[in-house]
Amino acid sequence: MINTQEIQLWEVFIRPRNGLAHRHCGSLHAADAEMALQAARDVYTRRGEGLSVWVIPSAQIVASDPQDRDQMFDPADDKIYRHPSFYDIPDDVGHM
Amino acid sequence: MPLAYRKTLIRQIGQHAHSEIVGMLPEGNWITRAPTLRRKAALLAKVQDEGGHGLYLYSAAETLGISRKEMTEELISGRAKYSSIFNYPTQTWADIGTIGWLVDGAAIMNQVPLCRCSYGPYARAMIRVCKEESFHQRQGYEIMITLAEGSAEQKDMAQDALNRWWWPSLMMFGPPDGESMHSDQSALWKIKRFSNDELRQKFIDATVPQALRLGLTLPDDALTWNEVECRYDYGEIDWNEFWAVVKGHGPLNKDRVAARKKAWDEGAWVREAAIVHARKRAERVATPMAAE
Ligand SMILES: [Fe+2]
Ligand SMILES: [Fe+2]
Repeated sequence: MINTQEIQLWEVFIRPRNGLAHRHCGSLHAADAEMALQAARDVYTRRGEGLSVWVIPSAQIVASDPQDRDQMFDPADDKIYRHPSFYDIPDDVGHM
Repeated sequence: MPLAYRKTLIRQIGQHAHSEIVGMLPEGNWITRAPTLRRKAALLAKVQDEGGHGLYLYSAAETLGISRKEMTEELISGRAKYSSIFNYPTQTWADIGTIGWLVDGAAIMNQVPLCRCSYGPYARAMIRVCKEESFHQRQGYEIMITLAEGSAEQKDMAQDALNRWWWPSLMMFGPPDGESMHSDQSALWKIKRFSNDELRQKFIDATVPQALRLGLTLPDDALTWNEVECRYDYGEIDWNEFWAVVKGHGPLNKDRVAARKKAWDEGAWVREAAIVHARKRAERVATPMAAE
């Protein structure tokens, strides 16, 4: 008896229109990539939601740990000179 | 994440997923007997949507560390609950209209606030679900209009379906405030944003005028418009019936679980074959590369 627990999980990304990025829309189980793509089409694009589908094995995604959030992202907070509003440009220069 | 919060969500999202899947059975029962091709296509699409809703919800529950297989096993062993409404039979075509109008209508009332609940994967699943539900309710009400404006027999059929589904639909919002076991904690956790009685009242206020528009009557002698409160007052709900159905004594509890078990057991070879096929293909791709 095969352990059917191993039908793996895939993340589904849909690109709604030309010019837009693929966006995560959900996940599903499928034995292989072809099945995953077929199922993604059936489940997530029944009403013209997309022109392109990506499926990626969930196990292949490397994610940051929510517990590391502070050390990951805090350093960006004090670098206000990375934002345009940090720089003083006289009003008479006009829009820049 | 606090353990109790996780457990509550697993229970609620799991039950919700099971409800979508079991909910396919009463309506699936009428697909081959739909009166026209237009109705058949709509019903087929609706039932297919419900399967999708089940999938979105199972996926949301899986992010909390329970597997699809465990949830399925809970359902087919009878340990997991699902919405009691699906334990009632669909006796006539008018039941399909009434279910779309009232049962999906009640589901929408419950689901819209969940789009803003505190657990992101559940909230996102609900947004997709709510987008799709509105067609379900409209196709149901359209069936009811057609019947209500049809022959005397058709109108009787619509009235009979409304008589049978009205009270169970009101029960879909769960026990009255104060008797609901999980409500207070869920409100604190921002999983539940309105109480059972609040949602029930909203549903009644929305659907009574729709019933009147159909020229049908509601099976509740106590139903009256309360001018002071700007809402309908309604009669006593038979909570004994509700609890009996929850505890497994509804008309079709056993059949529903048996149907899910049959589908799961008879699908076992398909799941196995898919895995073996995937493995063989992976090996076929891997072998020539290894030889190089
Ligand atoms: Fe649904
Ligand atoms: Fe629905």
